[in-house]
Amino acid sequence: MAEESAAKPFYSVLILALVCSALVAGAAVGLRPLQEANRRIDQKKNILRAAGIYRPDGNVEQQFAPIQTKIIDLASGEFVPEDQLSPAAFDQRKAALSNDLGMTLDKGKDPAGLSRVEKYSLVYLVMGNGRVDQLILPVRGKGLWSTLYAYVALDADLTTIRGISFYAHGETPGLGGEIENEAWQGSWQGKKIYGPAAAVALKVVKGKAAETGEASDYEIDGLSGATMTGAGVSNLLRFWFGEHGFQPFIRRLQQQGGLNG
Amino acid sequence: MADRKRDLLLRSIIERNPIALLVLGICSALAVTSQMKTALVMSICVALVTACSSFIISLVRNQIPNSVRIGIQITVIATLVILVDQVLKAYYFDLAKQLSIYVGLIITNCIVMGRTEGFAMSNPPVSSFLDGIGNGLGYGFILMTVSFFRELLGSGTVFGIEILPLAGNGGWYERNGLLLLPVSAFFLIALIIWLLRTIDPVQQEKN
Repeated sequence: MAEESAAKPFYSVLILALVCSALVAGAAVGLRPLQEANRRIDQKKNILRAAGIYRPDGNVEQQFAPIQTKIIDLASGEFVPEDQLSPAAFDQRKAALSNDLGMTLDKGKDPAGLSRVEKYSLVYLVMGNGRVDQLILPVRGKGLWSTLYAYVALDADLTTIRGISFYAHGETPGLGGEIENEAWQGSWQGKKIYGPAAAVALKVVKGKAAETGEASDYEIDGLSGATMTGAGVSNLLRFWFGEHGFQPFIRRLQQQGGLNG
Repeated sequence: MADRKRDLLLRSIIERNPIALLVLGICSALAVTSQMKTALVMSICVALVTACSSFIISLVRNQIPNSVRIGIQITVIATLVILVDQVLKAYYFDLAKQLSIYVGLIITNCIVMGRTEGFAMSNPPVSSFLDGIGNGLGYGFILMTVSFFRELLGSGTVFGIEILPLAGNGGWYERNGLLLLPVSAFFLIALIIWLLRTIDPVQQEKN
């Protein structure tokens, strides 16, 4: 070991810190375009997965071709023209934080624990045979540890679930993290969001969902060891399909005679 | 000389396995071994990071002030881990998503620091590099063994290819859910340690 002066530890650490930070910064900046492109493709994959039309061997951009991306005004439920907000450039998570495009939620109106929410949202229309086949909506909400992000695909009747894909979360792997489980996500198919009273009735129950009777349409199996995550999922459904979420949009579509009216 | 190099590379697989003998790096061995694919990528990443950090530390080992050596080692390791993470995110996005936080946690993998502090600080760069690769191989050997059993008996697959058709998909094999949970890795690692120490009694701890 070399003879040590008092100053040596300082400048050796300083030099090291400079070199290392330059390397890290260089890698982060240099690789960002590739990472961004990956993230965009991944997002499209998740949308396709929710719609149940994703094929792992095919080209994602091609598979995404029949899907139209639009922006809606959450409060009025109207489509926003593209010259006002462009779907390609719209960043929904940033919008929630910005002053113009987002707003703060009152405590009582915030079951999903979001605190801030955007005024506009992206929606995806899956076209098939010249008509709209499915409607895909982005939702999110607090689970136990983290925010859960998902896409919900609705049938053209605007209440039956065609598919769901949770794509980002930080829940405990193996417990709450099982919301990623494809078999569990598959069990959502055919469930109905709105009950007879036009309020959100779908929820994740504790234990097994009812298999017969009226309740079976509105119950989803709980995940063992993930009570809080399940409650988070129920809450985010309650918020996003409620009056501050997509309900005005869905109601407007229904008044116009459904998705293809 | 060639013998010593081969020894450095291979001794950590059975004789001086970092997981089985030194019981280091257990946490990540539990977390990423439910699938062979993630275990393989994790092993490669750990081997690369251990080898490169050992090499770099060994290169400047005479310049590192004794009083701040641990901090310097950690900085070098952390930089390398971030680089690995960034490259994975750019070129192997799906794998990066599966490994998620575990790549970042390589920083806290005791094997990496154990080798820089225990070997690279007092050995030349090339030996340190080989020692790092060797320890990565030893780590990978355990990870692959554990994940083989966990994936085969837990999901009926090996590297994602179906071997035992699951009862849930119309096959005959009733899968063992315990093996999908991290605790099962504890049992498997304990069995491996038992086996290694029975074959090679030198590894047994003296009372």
